Amino acid sequence: MRALVLWAGFALVLMVLPLIFDSVLGVSILNQMAIAIVFALSYNLLLGQGGMLSFGHAVYFGLGGFLAVHAMLLTETQTLAIPLVLIPLAGGLCGLCAALFIGSFSTGRAGTVFAMISLGVGELLAASSLILVSFFGGESGVSADRTFAPPFFGVDFSQDVQVYFLAAAWLFVSVLGMYLFTRTPAGRLANAVRDNPERARFLGYSAGRVRFISFAVAGFFAGIAGGLFAVNYEILTAGNLNAASSGQVLLMAYIGGLGVFIGPILGAVLLTLINSLLNHYTTLWMLYLGLVFVLTVMFLPRGLTGLLMLHRVPWQQGRLGLLVRPYTLTAIPGAVLVLSLIGLLELSQRETGPFVYLGIPFAPGSAVSWLALLAVAVIAFVALRRTLPGLRAAWAEASAQSPRSMHEGDAP
Amino acid sequence: MADALIFATLNGLVTGMLLFMLASGVTLIFSMMGVLNFAHASFYMLGAYFAFAISQQIGFWPALLLAPMLVGVLGALVERYGLRQVHKSGQVAELVFTFGLAFLIEEAVQLFWGRATQDFRSPAALDFALFTLFGQDFPAWKGVMLCISVSIFIGLYFVLTRTRTGIIIQAAITHPQAVANLGHNVPRLFMVVFGAGSALAGLAGVIAGPVLTTFPGMASVLGSIVFVIVVIGGLGSLTGALVASLLIGLLQSWAIASGLGMADLLALLGVSFPPDHALRDLWRLTLPQVAPLLPYLLLVLILIFRPSGLFGKRES
Amino acid sequence: MHLMSSAHRLLRRHTTALGLCCLLATPAGAQEPIRIAFIDPQSGTFAATGESAYKVLDFAADYFFNSRGGVLGGRPLEIVALDNKASAADSQLQLRRAISDGMQVVFSGNGSAAASALSTAIARHNNRNPESQVLFINYAAVDPVLTGADCNFWHFRFDAHSDMKMEVMTDHIAANPAIRRVYVIGQDYSFGKAVGDAAIRMLAAKRPEIQIVGNELHPIGQVKDFTPYISKIVASGADAVITGNWGADMVALGRGITDAGLDVPIYTFYAAYDGITGTLGESGKNRIHVVHNDRANPVLNDVRRDFTLAFKAANPALDVTQPRLVNALMMLVAAMEAAGTTDPHDVALAMEDRRLTTMTGEEIWMRADDHQLFAPLNVSVHTNEGVEFDSDNSGYGLVTRFTVPLEDTIAESSCHMTRPTR
Repeated sequence: MRALVLWAGFALVLMVLPLIFDSVLGVSILNQMAIAIVFALSYNLLLGQGGMLSFGHAVYFGLGGFLAVHAMLLTETQTLAIPLVLIPLAGGLCGLCAALFIGSFSTGRAGTVFAMISLGVGELLAASSLILVSFFGGESGVSADRTFAPPFFGVDFSQDVQVYFLAAAWLFVSVLGMYLFTRTPAGRLANAVRDNPERARFLGYSAGRVRFISFAVAGFFAGIAGGLFAVNYEILTAGNLNAASSGQVLLMAYIGGLGVFIGPILGAVLLTLINSLLNHYTTLWMLYLGLVFVLTVMFLPRGLTGLLMLHRVPWQQGRLGLLVRPYTLTAIPGAVLVLSLIGLLELSQRETGPFVYLGIPFAPGSAVSWLALLAVAVIAFVALRRTLPGLRAAWAEASAQSPRSMHEGDAP
Repeated sequence: MADALIFATLNGLVTGMLLFMLASGVTLIFSMMGVLNFAHASFYMLGAYFAFAISQQIGFWPALLLAPMLVGVLGALVERYGLRQVHKSGQVAELVFTFGLAFLIEEAVQLFWGRATQDFRSPAALDFALFTLFGQDFPAWKGVMLCISVSIFIGLYFVLTRTRTGIIIQAAITHPQAVANLGHNVPRLFMVVFGAGSALAGLAGVIAGPVLTTFPGMASVLGSIVFVIVVIGGLGSLTGALVASLLIGLLQSWAIASGLGMADLLALLGVSFPPDHALRDLWRLTLPQVAPLLPYLLLVLILIFRPSGLFGKRES
Repeated sequence: MHLMSSAHRLLRRHTTALGLCCLLATPAGAQEPIRIAFIDPQSGTFAATGESAYKVLDFAADYFFNSRGGVLGGRPLEIVALDNKASAADSQLQLRRAISDGMQVVFSGNGSAAASALSTAIARHNNRNPESQVLFINYAAVDPVLTGADCNFWHFRFDAHSDMKMEVMTDHIAANPAIRRVYVIGQDYSFGKAVGDAAIRMLAAKRPEIQIVGNELHPIGQVKDFTPYISKIVASGADAVITGNWGADMVALGRGITDAGLDVPIYTFYAAYDGITGTLGESGKNRIHVVHNDRANPVLNDVRRDFTLAFKAANPALDVTQPRLVNALMMLVAAMEAAGTTDPHDVALAMEDRRLTTMTGEEIWMRADDHQLFAPLNVSVHTNEGVEFDSDNSGYGLVTRFTVPLEDTIAESSCHMTRPTR
């Protein structure tokens, strides 16, 4: 019952979102988010649920997308009339076929061997996509017009909002599908194989076979994401299946939090926002993204969701209140430190003209500006060093005597 | 044809030995710590950029010495304060960490030196042709590159087989627990090996920077090739790394020199296809076009049929 | 996101209020700005070119228009840089952003892939949303199909396309009797292939006795070491090299050729500025020939000299890399003034068949049939002699040696344009 309410709420949120963010840009970002969420969740089936680190997941996204664009082209040239709402499924089937083929020889082993094969396959396909021009369209890619498809109950999908509802429907179905998959015996076994392959083998399950099933399902949903991309952007290029694209999905899943079902969703939402909004304000956004990523890997191995989950024990014991004061005390110097460091980085990038940061004008090349920011950073750092022990002590107190240890949370 | 072949072989040797300088570090680090270091090529790039900055201030030759040392120290710091922290979270986290580090270093290089190609040159004293064969110069700098990389190989071989440290390292590769029990400081050994491997990559960057151009993409161009070599040669095998480096270097060089293509093969077989055939792109492929693909093809094939690589003794 | 957009709205309301009170105080120069989107890479590998182009365009808007009372009776121009990361998908996202913010003109051009994606996306958008149309000013993408088979009413190209440039290049080669064996090498993608094919076709027509001793494609941005390719060029006995390479591939190829002691001219399109001139330096002297529609040296008149000096004073590390950006802006403004509006449809009509004298004093013409600009094309040489304005502050720069007048660059239009009806 509770699950039903949750899913209905999810559907409701999906319906309401385009009413809140109704600008052309807002809808465009929502579409991008829907695609990213499906893609990141499919990656989680590999790494989070199945323990397979892939450096080439964009292959299935890209192949699905290219097939979807070609399917749209068939409709455009009136060879075949495929309704637009089914195009993502075509992409998914293409991703599934590719995953079945590549999985047949790559899922035999996990760990480094699997990672290296995925890297090799990814590089092979990315390089051949520029050579095999008739399918991949070379550097400029393949483009098709989505409005040529037969109208769906009078909707011709000429507007981005109409595409949003198509994407949202597929997003809902895909999220539900992937969630249900993690509940099937095959999905449960994937966790078992990830955590202890030997034990799973002793129980009579072939680790390779279990991984193969997860791999194929992940390929299918990545293909659906690729198909959605094709419908939304009406173009696919070689950039969609290269290493950078594979790296992007790894970043989303990892920053959001692996293993936990909603982790990649959070990561996808956050990274889409960073990708589409942050670059408007700074040219250094990739550097910030890299820093966030490396710090996440170092200090939050379970990602942002993992950080939230850590609060479950204090919450259950009703001790969250203990944390409010130390959190505030640490957050103030912490925020000042981060902001002043960002200010220093941005200042180093300006050559001329006043640089207005947080409402304060700074002059590039002037020692005063540099020293002021540096001094603020040092003071904030010293303050942070003094408040951190308090936070640590509060944490120890809040989560002390917990009868149960943290365990894998996989509720949505 | 003979002249092209000789030059292709020479070029292949230079590239191969350069790749070996990177691959040896990756394979050593992997076999000791179980970490495939994605950021290794980034240390190579840092070597080139550091040397460029130093050579502008005090000249090239000091840079040849200082830049790799700086990179080595940086590498040791990364191991001490980064990798060791991540080690607790397992192997996947370590791999992902080095992946993120590579991303970060590329961005940091652009922050300091900008995105344009840097004018990093080999010393003017070496700006002459070592010899001229069939009307083509072989630059003296390439000779120096070959000398440095070969002496690094010999030095590495000597250190690992003839010195006490080398023997401890070799032991730590196979039995880290036993070495720790014997009272050796294994974490410090890890730091030293990681630093030394990074310094080697930095040195490779210094000598390659002037030839292969110093720009922010230079790490990613070389990055994945190095893994391919390590995997093909067999994880943890230094001999394997050498053979695979030379193999890849020569293979690519020869493929480009040959200029053969599918069209020649089809002509030989007496088969022909109409120009608008569905697979027309396949029939027009030439070896130079697919040269950069060959290593990855080899990688996938090796991993499927012989996961331990050519000389390796274990899979991972 | 919600927070951000509401903050944005707040900010906007605030600025309008601010604008209103300023309007009361000083009527001139405080009108609603004409905002122009500059969608080009501002981060990543290709950012160097996008960044310097933005600086030139932004500076020109202030220098030629805003400081002289603005456009359409006092409206200032505002250039907004939007980062497309050289990707087709991000170009579309930034297009949506520009449309959301009410911009009606888009400048773009770095990379034919992104430009053709943008051209198609804009045509589709204008078709589907007649109430929020946009105009596309392509200042650099040179794929011939953009004003050929894939042309559309909303796209205007201000650079000569690669076939036009190749005509000039092959004319120049054909006129040099010393060149008998030519080697063609390029990046393995549509543009590299198009350049190679055009070179071979045109040379065969102009001087059939010239031998093409090599036609090579190398992977784009993947080659670690060009020496194997250089060996083949040397072995072929070529006495000239044609390439469409750009970026790091151009630098590596140019330096590889000179390092091997090969003393032959290299004919190309993109071997200058953004670090390339500085890196080639002495080794490229009198060897690198660039075909382009700019004249950096000798400087033709004081307008251009003053503009370059003012730009260099404001941006010492940069150069006026692509003066055609200024040409495009001037023609756009002239069309707006002639139409008396910023409405993209009317401005587009006003831009058709327009002639204009640029800041260098040369005449340019926008053909109505395919929206392709025609301007004098030049062959310039990389050197350090007779250079008034060098690039990359290296002492080296481009000196024009050979000019083809506008009339001789005109090729037949192959565009079948469908014009939107109102």
